[in-house]
Amino acid sequence: MSTLVFLEHHGDELLKGSLGVVTKAATVAGGDIAGVVLGSDVRALAEGAGNFGAAKVYVADDPQLEAPLSQPRVDVLAQLIGDQGIDTVLFANSVLAADVAAGLAARLDAGLNWDLVDLTQENGKLVGKRPALQDSVYVDVGWTSEPRLALFRSGSFDPSETGGSAQIEDVEVVLEEFSTAARMVDQAHEESEGPSIEDAPVIVAGGRGLGGPENFTLVEQLAKALGGAVGATRAVVDAGWYPYATQVGQTGKTVSPKLYIACGISGAIQHKVGMQSSGVIVAINKDANAPIFEFADLGVVGDVHEVVPRLTELVKQRKGG
Amino acid sequence: MKIAVCVKQIPEGSSRIDPESKRLDRSGEGALNPFDANAVEEALRLRDAAGESEVVLVSMGPARAQDALRKALAMGADSAVLVSDEAAAGADLVATSYALSKALEREGADLILFGQQAGDSDGAVLWAAVADRLRLPVVSQAAGVTHENGKVTVKRQTEFGYDVIEAPLPAVVAVSDAINEPRYPSLKGIMGAKSKPQATVSLGDLGVEPERAGEQGSRTEVYALGDPPARGESKKIEDDGSAAQVILDFLAEKRLV
Repeated sequence: MSTLVFLEHHGDELLKGSLGVVTKAATVAGGDIAGVVLGSDVRALAEGAGNFGAAKVYVADDPQLEAPLSQPRVDVLAQLIGDQGIDTVLFANSVLAADVAAGLAARLDAGLNWDLVDLTQENGKLVGKRPALQDSVYVDVGWTSEPRLALFRSGSFDPSETGGSAQIEDVEVVLEEFSTAARMVDQAHEESEGPSIEDAPVIVAGGRGLGGPENFTLVEQLAKALGGAVGATRAVVDAGWYPYATQVGQTGKTVSPKLYIACGISGAIQHKVGMQSSGVIVAINKDANAPIFEFADLGVVGDVHEVVPRLTELVKQRKGG
Repeated sequence: MKIAVCVKQIPEGSSRIDPESKRLDRSGEGALNPFDANAVEEALRLRDAAGESEVVLVSMGPARAQDALRKALAMGADSAVLVSDEAAAGADLVATSYALSKALEREGADLILFGQQAGDSDGAVLWAAVADRLRLPVVSQAAGVTHENGKVTVKRQTEFGYDVIEAPLPAVVAVSDAINEPRYPSLKGIMGAKSKPQATVSLGDLGVEPERAGEQGSRTEVYALGDPPARGESKKIEDDGSAAQVILDFLAEKRLV
């Protein structure tokens, strides 16, 4: 097998999700695992992948690859996969990686299985595991031809260091005209203000069910009483109720605190993938049919405006007394 | 401006996978994929802002999917094209993106919109595959779209915040479900939808070769269905005024407070 892992970076760091996939690939596929880094001024980062199990890292270093846009990356990868006879390409899900993987699937007529949470080898065949229908069914999926493309759900694998080093190989960058038509006008900068929620032991998160931005004070007070941080769903962040830095979910942070309290959050799959590995999940929502109750350890069908402040008081009393 | 919106009919209510065919059971009532309603709403908004524009719905599915299309027509779209063919059943991303791109080629739209994901398969990648086949620029996860001077400007949300990306038309854009609040069809809209053009085309009409369609044209397969890993005990209560105390006791038992 000849396996390639798409190594995504932000600033001068390789993303943890990509490195987790390298670690997984090394255990499943065996043999030499290669990574590929695409960007501008990325050679130094590429070397870091060796420490997670990549024997070789291809580097496409070109100013045209500076912006995190998918289409130029499809061009470079399609060429590389063909030249090197790569049969399996693995991606950790992200906004960028999903678009690269699907563009590549069309370009190469290659099968793409997405949202995988595991990959195994059975009788010489690669088998992916994909949760379906709100994670109520786990489906074993495969590929009927090569190259096989696999996109893994965020946070599926933890990276582990091997102490190895990678051989670096440069890749030629030749781009299609249509691939450079979209242009980055203003690239997102990581918001520096506010505490990072990724390391918080307790997260109290609010969603649209709070009714309005002013009600986030209820969530803040409970978080403060529990010594935790505040999280938010995409819907309320896009609506401007709460800052982006607190967003939990597919396009936000992936968190795994000891305790996650979801207030007025329906629990759509985009949110779920960002917090499902929390130790204990408590959900308060007035809609008894909200999907969040399917995976909460304790679910309360009730009004957040009543339950949350009451809980805050009880927590304070307990701590004070 | 001509705007095409790719929409899908999904099973109404809770879905099941047929254990025999290992495909999604599509025999029951159908509904418009809720994520696609955001794309339809955005198309209507852009159409009305641009003037002299039209919105065409493009879909693939069984003949009954015309019902879901009628719901989007009732919202205000102008016409619909459904690619419906038994040979298309079981199509994965490779086969679906090929047939859909053939249908879109015929429409020659300036802007092609997608919703964020399919509510049944959770697929959230089709736009990028279609854009590659059509050789058009693509931007996904749009939290805002504006159109001016032959180009679109998209505010894209990623894991790192908001990007602003510009693309010349024709282009493909996938919108998020937070971009707008889709309108409910008015009674007039519902009545009017019945007389709007709804075409059905076959794969043959689009020039899709049989070996590139449906299961034959697919590159992935399903081996088996299984149960999810068991979760610990979970409990659900109605608040009767004591819920806060129940939560506190629960947290205390778990030594979390």
